[in-house]
Amino acid sequence: MTKKLIQQDIVSQAEALRKREISSEELVKTYLIELWEKNNEIGAFLSVSEESALAEARASDRRRAEGKSLGILDGIPFAAKDNLCAKNLPTTCGSRMLEGYFPPYDATAIEKLTAAGSILLGKTNLDEFGMGSSTECSAFHPTRNPYDLARTAGGSSGGSAAAVAASMAAYALGSDTGGSVRQPAAFCGLFGMKPTYGRVSRYGLVAFGSSLEQVGVLSRSLSDNAVVLSAISGYDPRDATTVRRDVPDFLSQIEKGIAGLRIGVLPEDALGELSGAVSDALARTVAECERLGARIVPASLPSLSLAAEAYYLISSAEASAELARFDGVRYGRRAEGASDIEELYKKSRSEGLGREVKRRLLLGTFALSEGYYDAYYGRARTLAARLGEEMRELLRACDLLLLPTTPSVAHPLGDKHRIDDPTVSYREDRLTVLANLTGLPALSFPVGRDENGLPIGLQLMADAFCEELLYRGAHVLANTNQKEAEE
Amino acid sequence: MNEYEIVIGIEVHAELSTRTKIFCACGVAFGAPQNSLCCPVCMGLPGARPVLNRRAVELGVRAGLATNCRISPISSFDRKNYFYPDLPKAYQITQFREPLCRDGFLDIEVEGERRRIGITEIHLEEDAGKLIHGANGETRIDFNRCGVPLIEIVSAPDLRSAEEAVAFLKKLRSILRFAGVSECRMNEGALRADVNLSVRRRGEETLGTRTEMKNLNSFTYAAYAIEAEAKRQIEALEAGEKILQETRRFDETNRTTHSLRSKENAHDYRYLPEPDLPPILLSEDEIQTIRESLPPLPDQRREAYIREWGLSDYDAALLSSERERAEFFEEAARGTPFRKILANLLLGEAARLGGGEDFMCPISPKNLAELANLWGEERINSNTAKKLLGELWNTDESPEAVARARGWERSNDRELLREVVRNNLKENPHAVADYQRGKKAAAKDLIGKTMAASGGRANPKILQELVLELLENETIQND
Repeated sequence: MTKKLIQQDIVSQAEALRKREISSEELVKTYLIELWEKNNEIGAFLSVSEESALAEARASDRRRAEGKSLGILDGIPFAAKDNLCAKNLPTTCGSRMLEGYFPPYDATAIEKLTAAGSILLGKTNLDEFGMGSSTECSAFHPTRNPYDLARTAGGSSGGSAAAVAASMAAYALGSDTGGSVRQPAAFCGLFGMKPTYGRVSRYGLVAFGSSLEQVGVLSRSLSDNAVVLSAISGYDPRDATTVRRDVPDFLSQIEKGIAGLRIGVLPEDALGELSGAVSDALARTVAECERLGARIVPASLPSLSLAAEAYYLISSAEASAELARFDGVRYGRRAEGASDIEELYKKSRSEGLGREVKRRLLLGTFALSEGYYDAYYGRARTLAARLGEEMRELLRACDLLLLPTTPSVAHPLGDKHRIDDPTVSYREDRLTVLANLTGLPALSFPVGRDENGLPIGLQLMADAFCEELLYRGAHVLANTNQKEAEE
Repeated sequence: MNEYEIVIGIEVHAELSTRTKIFCACGVAFGAPQNSLCCPVCMGLPGARPVLNRRAVELGVRAGLATNCRISPISSFDRKNYFYPDLPKAYQITQFREPLCRDGFLDIEVEGERRRIGITEIHLEEDAGKLIHGANGETRIDFNRCGVPLIEIVSAPDLRSAEEAVAFLKKLRSILRFAGVSECRMNEGALRADVNLSVRRRGEETLGTRTEMKNLNSFTYAAYAIEAEAKRQIEALEAGEKILQETRRFDETNRTTHSLRSKENAHDYRYLPEPDLPPILLSEDEIQTIRESLPPLPDQRREAYIREWGLSDYDAALLSSERERAEFFEEAARGTPFRKILANLLLGEAARLGGGEDFMCPISPKNLAELANLWGEERINSNTAKKLLGELWNTDESPEAVARARGWERSNDRELLREVVRNNLKENPHAVADYQRGKKAAAKDLIGKTMAASGGRANPKILQELVLELLENETIQND
C-alpha cells in the first residue's frame, strides 16, 4: 500500500499522513527502499542522506502527534539537483572540481522547503555545472530514463526528473537556464516549471547563467508543482534579482478551464524539425484547445530562429565569468605539484573541469574578449531584447503560447551524432531557451506517450508572473500517465 | 628639464565609511583577526549572490556632490574579469560602462596659485583581499578586506607637478572627510592612489605615452614617485628612447621606479554587465536630500571664516582644511567673540604643545573659548594666556578658575585700580611734579612703576588711562 502511495501525489501522501495511515518515517523508508532498488540502474542520485532524512521524518511525526504540523509538505521527501547548496551533503554540481565540497549554507529554496517540514532525501545527478542536455556531461555517470534505461532522462536536471518519475522522491528541485527543468520533465512524463525570472531566489544555486536561470520544480502532478512553487517563491533579501511581489495561490484559476482564452500557436516552420510523435501531440492538443472553447491565434516570433545561438553565446559568456572562481585556491579540487599560482590555476581547472564545460568557457571567454564583444555578446543581447519585445507583443494578442518543449522524445544514451557535434543538442534547446532569454514563465506538461511508450511533453508560456495561467491551461490539457492508463 | 611638461592623472581609491561591506552584511573593521569578517558572498563561494549596500551608494553620491559632479540617475555594475588569488570570484564587481558620478572638479592652491582639477568620474567597486607573503615563500590570503566598499575617483590629466598632485590628494582627502564619505586613514590603506604620468615638450598638444604607478599610500611617496618617474621619462626621451606603456613600481629606498614584468601590463578584462545586480536608480529628490545633508565643505568654510570672523587667509585655510579641527574651531567660536585670538591660540601655542599641525586639541572647545575670552577682555596678557594653556593641557578645568587660583587674573576694577594708582603717584612725587611742569614723558615712567607695583595684575590699558587721568585731573596732595 505504501509502495503505491509513493507513486501518488503530495496531496494524497499528506492526507495519508494526516489520517495516520502512515508515518513520515515509514514514507521516507519506503522511498529509500525504492531508491536503493533502482538507483544503481538509473543513476538519479549522487548522494543520499538517509540518517538525517529519517531523523527529520521522526521529527515530522512528533510535530504531527502534537498537532503542530507545518502544513501539506511536512514529512514529504524531496530530491534536489546537485547544484543547489545544502549543508549536510556534498554539492558537486556533477563536477570533479567540487567532488566532496560541503557548502556552509543552504540554498534559499531548500531552506524554505525544510522550514515547511519537507525532507531532503539526497542530491541528484546533472550535466556538469548545468551544461548539457542529457547528464552525459556529468563527471560521474549518466542518468537513465526510467521509461527506457537505454535512453537519457534529459538534462541538465536529469537526475531530478528520473528520481521523481521512478518514485524515488515525491518531487524534486532543478534549475533551468535554457530548458534544464522542462526538457527532462518532458522526457520523463512530468510537470516541469520554470518560474518567471525573479520569482524564486537563486541564492545557493551554483550559477551558470545568472541572467537566464531560475530554480524550477519537477513533479508527477500539477497540483504538486504549484504547492512546491508556492513554498519556494518570494522575495529574498539575499538575491537582488528577486521581486517584491506577493506569492499568489498558484492554483486559484485551475477550475476555470480554457474556454475563451486566446492560445497562440507558432507556424510549423518556425518550430524547426519536429519528430512525428511531437508534431502529432501538438496537433492533438491544439484540437483539444478548440474543443474546450479556447481560441487558437496564429502567432509569430521572427527572432526565434536565432534564439538558440543567442542563448549559447549569452550563457557561455556569463558562465566564463561565473566559473572562473573554481580555481582550486579556496575550495574544491586543487591540483598537486604546481610550482606557482599560474600553474595551480591551469592544472586545477584542467583536471577538475570536463570537456563540455571547457568548450563553453572558451566560447564565452572569446565572445567577451576585446574586439569581439560587440560582434558576439553584444549582438546576442540585442537579439534577446528583440525576442522580449516580440513576446510582449505576442502576449498582447494571446493569453498563452502553446509550443513543444523538445523536438523529439528522449534520445538514446551515447548517441554518436550528438557527441560528435555538440551543436545538434544546442539547437534542440531552441524551444525552451525562449523563456530564459525573455524571463517569462514556462511549464512543460505531459501529453501522452509515443509508440515506444516514451513520454511526450508540450509547453505553455505566459506573461511575467502569470504562473496561475500556466497551471490553468495545463490542468485541462495535460495527459498524465494515470489518465492514459484509465483510457 | 624645463622644456618638458609633466602630465599627471590620478586614480584614487577610498574606502567608504559604511558599517558593512558593499555586497554582503559582513562588518568592516581594520585589524580584525584574519578571515573573521567573511561570508559566502565575499568569499565567492559557489551559489552566493551580491546584494548592494544602499549606504555605499549614498556615500558615493555625497562624494560626487562634494566634487561638483553630475550624479547619474541610472548607473550599473559590471564584472571585471581576471585571475588573482586575492580576488575570490575571479572578477571584481565595478562600474565600467555607467559610473555613479561624472564631470566634476576640485580647486587646489599651490604657492598662491589656484587651479581647477577635473574629476572625470567617480564609481563604486569592491575591494579585494590581502595577500600576506611569508618568509618561506608561502603566501596566505586574508579576505577581511574583500568586499569593502570603495569609490574610485578618476582625475582628468590636469595635474602638472608633484606639488599639484599632493595638493590634489590632500584636498580630496579633506573633502571626503568633511563629507563623511571616508575617514581616509592612510596608515590603514583607506586611501590609495594610482598615478598615471607622461611627459611632453612644452607647447605640444598630444599626450606622451604614460606609465602607471599603483597603490601609493602616502603623499610623500607619491611626490617622490612622480619626481622619479618624470625624471626617468625625460632622460629616456632625451636619449632617444621610447616610453613603454606599462605599470611601474616605486622603490621607496632607492626612490626609483621599476617596470613590473607581470601580465598586468596587457589585460583584457572582458567586462560584462553584472547580471546579479539591478541598476542603481536615483531620483532628483533622493539626490537633493543627500545634497542637503552635506555639511559645508572646506572652501565654503574658509570663505566664511574670512568673511564673518575676519581671519587671515592663511589661518582660514589651515583651520578649514581638516574636518576635526574645523569642527572644533567652530564649536569654540560659538563661545567667544574673539575668533582671531582663538585661531591664534589653536594654530600657535596649542599646535606647539600638541607637537605639530595634525594634533587633537586635548582641552574642550568651551574651555578654549573661555581662554580666548580672558585674553580678549585683557584680563590676562598673551604670555599668561600661553602659560595658562600649558596648565590646562589635558585637563577639563576652567581657565577662569585656574587663572583666579594662580592669581594670574588681572583686575579690571577701575575703583580698585584708581586707589593703586593714587597710592603709587603719592610715592613718586618727583615724577608727578615733572609731569605737571610739562614733562609729559614722565608719565611713561610712572605707568611702568605702577605696573610693576601692581605685580602685573592690573589691566595695562586701564592702568595707563587712570595714571593719565589722575595726573591730569587730580592734584596730588602730599600728605
